[in-house]
Amino acid sequence: MSGIADLVIAPVLLPLLAGAGMLLLNGERQRAVVAGLNVAATLALVCIAAVLLAMSDTGTREVYRLGNWPAPFGIVLVLDRLSALMLLLTNVLALASVVFSLARWHRAGAHFHSLFQYLLMGLNGAFLTGDLFNLFVFFELLLAASYGLLLHGSGLTRVKAGLHYIVVNLAASLLFLVGVSLIYGVTGTLNMADLAARVPTVAPESRGLLEAGAGVLAVAFLLKAGMWPLSFWLPTAYAAASPPVASIFAIMTKVGVYIVLRLSLLLFGEGAGASAGFGSDWLLWGGLATIVFGTIGTLASQDTARLGGFSVLVSSGTVLAATGIGQAGVTSGALFYLVSSTLGIGAFFLLVELIERGREPGADVIAVTREAYGDEDEVDEAEGDVGIAIVATMGLLGVAFIGCAVVIAGLPPLSGFIAKFALLAAALNPGDRSGAVPGSGWALLVVLILSGFATLVAMSRAGLRIFWASPDRTVPRVRAIEMGPVMFLLMICVAQTILAGPVIRFMQATAQSLHAPAGYVSDVLQTGARSGRHLEGK
Amino acid sequence: MELVLAIGIGTLAASGVWLILRPRTFQVIIGLSLLSYAVNLFIVAMGRARTGAPVLIAKEIGDPSKYADPLPQALVLTAIVISFATTALFLVVLLASRGLARTDHVDGQEPEA
Repeated sequence: MSGIADLVIAPVLLPLLAGAGMLLLNGERQRAVVAGLNVAATLALVCIAAVLLAMSDTGTREVYRLGNWPAPFGIVLVLDRLSALMLLLTNVLALASVVFSLARWHRAGAHFHSLFQYLLMGLNGAFLTGDLFNLFVFFELLLAASYGLLLHGSGLTRVKAGLHYIVVNLAASLLFLVGVSLIYGVTGTLNMADLAARVPTVAPESRGLLEAGAGVLAVAFLLKAGMWPLSFWLPTAYAAASPPVASIFAIMTKVGVYIVLRLSLLLFGEGAGASAGFGSDWLLWGGLATIVFGTIGTLASQDTARLGGFSVLVSSGTVLAATGIGQAGVTSGALFYLVSSTLGIGAFFLLVELIERGREPGADVIAVTREAYGDEDEVDEAEGDVGIAIVATMGLLGVAFIGCAVVIAGLPPLSGFIAKFALLAAALNPGDRSGAVPGSGWALLVVLILSGFATLVAMSRAGLRIFWASPDRTVPRVRAIEMGPVMFLLMICVAQTILAGPVIRFMQATAQSLHAPAGYVSDVLQTGARSGRHLEGK
Repeated sequence: MELVLAIGIGTLAASGVWLILRPRTFQVIIGLSLLSYAVNLFIVAMGRARTGAPVLIAKEIGDPSKYADPLPQALVLTAIVISFATTALFLVVLLASRGLARTDHVDGQEPEA
């Protein structure tokens, strides 16, 4: 256990050290150092995640045993294709939003950069861990950081939204604990691989209790994922958050989605005996209801940031519904969609602030914020001139807006279209002999097409209002450091479109290994053979 | 003992749920605390309620069924620490909301009667 294999723990350790180091440095004078450290750490995380992704694509799962205790007894971090993919997605999005924040937002409150690194630590840990209780710890870590980040910039709107967000998430954390302890009470283990091995052998009289535990646990995750009817907190909270924070929050619902995807296939996949397929109908119909709710919300929202919040719901509903269908082909399409929609929505949240800057409502919010928080930390307008002002700002903003709209609504030629196409093609060709299209496939087709159309309508309406129908607007002052991250995220969507072949092959390999959890179980439980120092006494 | 534990957890959870549905932030924070007590007790109960059984296993292991399960106790410790910290954090937000909105209503404004 040395060298490159140790890199698996780096996505957790690096933000921990960076975040703690920044706390020591924090202060007005060292703000540039702290900001530089944050960018450097996030950049390093992107590189590490890319290396890990390349490592995982060889098909082997890296199992990192903390304290070198063998798997069911100690906590393990497991790197497979899915977790590597989520790591890279998280850190790429984080890089964009941290660079964006440098223009002005990081000065709107204290400890932005430390909280940001702790959020990344929680996210990365949640994607890597192979232990349910450890997952709870990482969840709490990322939530605690997210409470601070949501309140970043302060002001009544944020505190109000933050209050609701915190209460909802604290209640969900308690449900998480109830679910975890029920599962532990029945199976006697919290290691995910060990759980997967024990679920088929649970006695029939305890099975009800196990499924109740899994159900309670699922409610906690689905609340984070924003499944209807657990999602009413989400659009308000996301619209209230400062733009770089809202952008990184786009990945936070995906943590819930990731865990649901991972655990439902691992614990209740085809090999789970009597519990096989537990909850998949709930995921399918709940996901569809979420898409419908999100769609109605996008049509109803007057505010552009709320439009983004409801797009988050549509996106996680789509992945949840696809998880509920439970076929490898659909899952791979859903993963492609997950990446593209998260990047698109992340870019959209950043873009919203730039666009709104020239309009009155946006200026209102900033003015209120400044008044409520006290102005010494706020940016002076004159200071805003330091960066390079962009020529033809409006044109560039317009192109970026169209790019976001096309990715989020799923129109050709960008990646959103390929994602939805892959998803629906797999849902309509289930690959069994009969050739009949199942009802779930039709339902998904109808709902997805309609929601794509409605998103397009809502986006064009917002675009018309912003770019064409507001004569008294001033051209917003936009700096390269703010436009860069938006373009960066959109360019990744373009790259994902151009390289759709290799990307979808990767997603298919990921989905295949998710749907065959036996490999995961044996990899995690038997790595003791590699360096069995602690195994002698067994 | 099982009955007392079950009734205790039930009472705490029921009071907690009732309180977090109340409109004042102070009631909500007390409700969350009561709920977290209920959940902590529940975790201990899931390790099977036993009296007088030690957690640590002596050098000669003997019969493991004579010992209490140490894992739920470790879990409950972690859960206590985390819920304590998040409650403290929530208290700060509660005070900020009280200061900014000049009301302790959870929506930041009094309902129009």
